[in-house]
Amino acid sequence: MIAVLRANRGLVAVGLIGVALLIALPLALDLFDLLQITLYAILAILALSLAFIWGYGGILCFGHSAFFGLGAYTYAVAVINIGESTAPLVLAMLLPAALAAALGYFMFYARISDIYVGVITLTLTLIFYNCINATAGSAYRIGDAYLGGFNGMPNIPSLNIPFLPDETLEPVGMFLLCGGLLLITYFALHALLATRFGRVLIAIRENEQRVEFLGYDARLHKLAAFAIGGALAGLAGCLYVAWGNYVSPPVFSVVQSAQIIIWLMVGGSGTLLGPVLGAIAISWLTLKIGTQQLVNASVILGAVLLVFVLLVPRGVAPMVTDTLVPWLLSLRRPAAGSHEIAQQGKA
Amino acid sequence: MSAPLIETRGLSKYFGGVQAVRNIDFSLAEGELRCLIGPNGAGKSTFFKLLTGQIKPTGGAVLFRGTDVANLQAHQIARLGIGIKTQVPSVFNGLTARQNLWVAAARHDRRKNADAAVETQIERFGLSRFADKPVGQLAHGQRQWVELALVLCGKPNLILLDEPAAGMTEEERVRTAEIIREINREHPLIVVEHDMSFIRTIARRITVFDRGSVLMEGDVDEVFGSQAVRDVYLGHQAAA
Repeated sequence: MIAVLRANRGLVAVGLIGVALLIALPLALDLFDLLQITLYAILAILALSLAFIWGYGGILCFGHSAFFGLGAYTYAVAVINIGESTAPLVLAMLLPAALAAALGYFMFYARISDIYVGVITLTLTLIFYNCINATAGSAYRIGDAYLGGFNGMPNIPSLNIPFLPDETLEPVGMFLLCGGLLLITYFALHALLATRFGRVLIAIRENEQRVEFLGYDARLHKLAAFAIGGALAGLAGCLYVAWGNYVSPPVFSVVQSAQIIIWLMVGGSGTLLGPVLGAIAISWLTLKIGTQQLVNASVILGAVLLVFVLLVPRGVAPMVTDTLVPWLLSLRRPAAGSHEIAQQGKA
Repeated sequence: MSAPLIETRGLSKYFGGVQAVRNIDFSLAEGELRCLIGPNGAGKSTFFKLLTGQIKPTGGAVLFRGTDVANLQAHQIARLGIGIKTQVPSVFNGLTARQNLWVAAARHDRRKNADAAVETQIERFGLSRFADKPVGQLAHGQRQWVELALVLCGKPNLILLDEPAAGMTEEERVRTAEIIREINREHPLIVVEHDMSFIRTIARRITVFDRGSVLMEGDVDEVFGSQAVRDVYLGHQAAA
C-alpha cells in the first residue's frame, strides 16, 4: 500500500491538493471568485478531454468545440423539455460521444491522414456554428425549447440534485460538483491510460503501423478514445450551460476550439496536469485582459501562443518535470559531493 | 511432405505498367529459415510487403496455413501469428524499450505474464542497460534489437525480417546472426537481405529474386556456386 502511494507520489499530491482546495475555497472566497473558479474547473474538464485524444491518442482534433457545443445545446434543450437535470446531463454526454463515434468511424476506418482529421473536425464545428446561428425565429424549436439563433437560449435551469427538480444546486454546490468532477476525470483518465487500452493508445500515437503489426486494431482504439473525448467535452458543455444558465452559438466557434488547443500548448499536451493548469491560467488571463480596454484579448492570446510554441514547444508541465527538476537536482548534487569530501577529510 | 506454413500461388503485383512481382509460386515449410536475396529492384521488398499484407496483390494468393491473407487487414494478419520486422526499425520511439515490449506482450498475456515475457526478451537481447531509455535515443543497432525483441514478445508462428542487419556494426552483425539462428530453433523465419556475407552465416535455403521472378531456389552452396546468380549480381545479364 505504502509502496503504491510512494510510486505515485505526484498523483497523491495532486489528489490531496485537489481535495484541500475543494474544502477550503468555498470558505475562503467570495461568491464572485467562487463562480469564476467553478468556470475554470469546467474548462479544465474540457481541456482534459482534448488532452486525452490529442496528447495521448494523437488525434488532431481542431474542432473540439463541436462536442462541447453539442453537449451544451443538448443539455439546454433537454432540461427545458424535461424540467429535471439528471437525464439531460447523461444525454449531454451520450450525444457528443455518439457523434464522435460516428465521425470517428468514417475517419479512422477510411484511414485518412492526420491532417484531414484536423480539417474535417474543424469543418464540423463550423457547420454546427452556422446552422445553430441560423435558427432565429419561433419556427426553430425542439419541444418547448426555442433555439434562438445568434441570440442564444436564456434562462436555462441549473443542475439539481438527481431526480429532485426543486433541489437546485447553489453556487457552492455547483463548485463542489464541478471541482469533484474535474478530480474524478483527472484520476479516471490516469487509470485508463495505465490499462492495456491506454498503453496501446499511446503506442498508436507513437507508431500506428507497428501497433497493427502486433495484432491490435488501431482503428477501434482510436474510435473508442475519440468517443470518450467527445463524452467528456459534452460533459464540460453541459456544466458550462448549467453554470451560466445561458448558451449561444459561440460555444461552437473556431475561437473556442483554438482556445482549447492553446491551453494544451501552454500546459503541455503530453500530460494531463499541464492542460488543466493551462486552461486555468489562460482563462484567468483572458478575464484579466477583458477588464482593460488597451489591447484586444485575442491579440494577447495569440502572442502567448507564439511565445510558447517558439520557446517552450512542449508546454510548461514537461518543461518542469524534464528540464527544471533535473536541473535543480544537479545543483544539489555537487554540493552534496563536496560535503562528502569534507566528511572524509575529517575522518 | 507436410503442408507448407506459408505459400504463394501465382502472386503478382503491378504498379501501373511496372511488374514488380510476376507470378511467384513460393512455399515455406514449418521450422524453416529461408533467405530471400536479389539485386536492387528485384522485387524482394514488394514480395515481402505482399506476404505481410502491407500491399494488396494484383493477382494470385498468399496462403498462411491455408488461410488467404491477401485481403485481410494488417492487424488480422498479425493475429494469425505473422511477426514483422521492417527495414527501417518500426518501434515506439517515445516509449522506453521495456514499454515497447510490453505493448507487444500484452496482446497475448495478462499483466503478470506479460511482464515476465518482457523480462525474458530483455535478457535474451541484453537490453537491460538501456531498457528504461526512450527507444528514440538508442543507437540504430540497438533499436534493431528492440524491434526483434518486440516481434518475439508477440509470440509469432512465423517471423519475417526485412534486412535485419542493416546499419549495424560488424560486432552487432555477428551477434544478430547468432540471434537469428537461435530464434530459428523455435520459429520459422523468412529473411530478406542483400548482404551476401551476412547471408552466408545464417542461411540454409535461399530463394533468388531477379526482375520480379524467382531466378532459382536452392541450398547455400548451390546458390553461391551458380553462374546465373553471379551474373545477376554482377550485371552480366543486362550486358548480354
